[in-house]
Amino acid sequence: MTVQVFKIPDSFKKDVKFSFCPGCDHGVAVRLVAEVLDELKIREKTILAASIGCSVTLYDFLNVDSIEAPHGRALAEATGVKRARPDKFVFTYQGDGDFASIGLAESLHAALRGENVSAICINNTTYGMTGGQLGPTTLLGQVTTTSPTGRNLEYYGYPIKIAEHVALCDGTAYSARVSLDSVANIRKAKQAIKKAFEVQLQGLGFGFVEILSTCPTNWKMTPSKAHERVRDEMMKTFVPGVYKDVTSDGLTRRMR
Amino acid sequence: MVTETLSNKKVLTKGNYAIAQAAINAGCECYFGYPITPQSEIGEFMSGKMQELNRAYVSAESELAAMNMVIGACSTGAKAMTSSSSCAVSLMQEALSYATSDELPVVLISVMRGGPGLGNIYPSQGDYFQATKGGGNGDYHLIVLAPSTVQECVDLTYKAFYLAHKYRNPTMLLADGLLGQMMEPVEFKEYPYPEIDNSSWALTGAKGRDGRIIRSYAPLADNQCVFLEKLFEKYRTIEKNETEWEEIGTEDADVILISFGSTSRNVKTAMKLCREKGIKAGFFRPVTLFPFPSARLNELASKTKKMISVEVNMGQMINDIRLAVNGKVPVELIHKPVGAPPAPEEILEKIEELI
Repeated sequence: MTVQVFKIPDSFKKDVKFSFCPGCDHGVAVRLVAEVLDELKIREKTILAASIGCSVTLYDFLNVDSIEAPHGRALAEATGVKRARPDKFVFTYQGDGDFASIGLAESLHAALRGENVSAICINNTTYGMTGGQLGPTTLLGQVTTTSPTGRNLEYYGYPIKIAEHVALCDGTAYSARVSLDSVANIRKAKQAIKKAFEVQLQGLGFGFVEILSTCPTNWKMTPSKAHERVRDEMMKTFVPGVYKDVTSDGLTRRMR
Repeated sequence: MVTETLSNKKVLTKGNYAIAQAAINAGCECYFGYPITPQSEIGEFMSGKMQELNRAYVSAESELAAMNMVIGACSTGAKAMTSSSSCAVSLMQEALSYATSDELPVVLISVMRGGPGLGNIYPSQGDYFQATKGGGNGDYHLIVLAPSTVQECVDLTYKAFYLAHKYRNPTMLLADGLLGQMMEPVEFKEYPYPEIDNSSWALTGAKGRDGRIIRSYAPLADNQCVFLEKLFEKYRTIEKNETEWEEIGTEDADVILISFGSTSRNVKTAMKLCREKGIKAGFFRPVTLFPFPSARLNELASKTKKMISVEVNMGQMINDIRLAVNGKVPVELIHKPVGAPPAPEEILEKIEELI
């Protein structure tokens, strides 16, 4: 007999065609989100606040209700959606520039208020859609189109450690950093996304996952070389791990 | 504070409280805001009342965030609003451009103060351009309603919610510091408009259907052309159905005084002083600033000799009047840069100089 072991998630649109560059980790991340929506059976109560950057087209792939937010404002819009309709499942999917540069205030204040929403942040250390400029998570020494001799402290200052900052917010229920550089890490990433979604469903507060991702096009690397960079360079500054989990820390917070 | 919220009795209340109570009566489900003088009483009132009624209230981290929260709430079909003033309304322009393109029923209360920049907290009409000409990027307009009394603050707040939902277009109530801060007797009648069915577009979670997308992003030029033609067709419909103004003594007038908002009250008195002195003056007050009552002004221009725009700014609405009359009559300006409106006697004196 035959057993189906792999299929297109139900939460994907029919005949979905990704517009991401070949080898980009966005495709894997979006698939994981779709699989988790399927497994939690929440597609029909989900409202997505989409963002600006390579992540903008997410609503072309996921078969869920979506509102497009201006650059950086996804968590303000998610807040509006959730406060208006607390029974819906609300999440954002943003890049590092959207979440942690132009939208840092909206992001951290959503976490501080303990909004019952979930956020996914794709950290690829660059502004991908605009052609590879220096962003808030660009590593020290990294060459980009706006740091032609590499990121130095004199001109650019330090990159931001997003998952750690989010974990510091009292309203955060879950904050983790994961990567997609190996099958084992992809499985861990899926667990983290699921957890960040579940804390919302349980009314525990803000759920967050930072996903270390590749941008082979702007890094000018092959996909496998790009994954090596994630392991050898990114993970030294952006250490994977669970930075906060109120369900296992014994921490409690008031349910809304 | 307002004590009688829904009754036929008149109560004495401040413009800002009247607006807030009217929003509650209109069924506003969500308020998101950030404090700024001279409208902070709206947020203060809403913080208590919305929680008491188990509706949504958020003290937003900025006006940018507040307007985007309104967009989020409106995307679900909810009645949602924010309130702010001049320099902070500037911070909302990006989101208002998106909200117009998203065709969302955003309600914004703008209580004008002096500008540009931080300016001051005195009354002003310096944001006429900001309100009526779009304000953010791209081709679009808000529907703009301008109250002249505290009673109209109530009535036009009701209307703002109705028009925003009827036409799925962001709608602004454009008041000023004078109206926000002064007290007058008002009557809170019931919300007089029908509820608008939003089931064909609101985000509800894609239960038993495919996902809906509310977005402004139109990567193909053709799509954007189609959208903008449709948007402006909507504006023509709004102009046809909703243009509103008040006029007195215009039929035999040699000179028509035109003014909006709180300033128009002294202008109305000045018109009466003119008549007492034998000057045949008329009074015209646009209630909707967008759509602007251009067609009616053009008609009146065929019957009168002169029009005078009276404004508390450096002369903004006068541009729309001149466009409306298209050179048929001279249009003059009486203005004060910022502050309380000029007194009726002061206006009369200037009218006598101009005619």
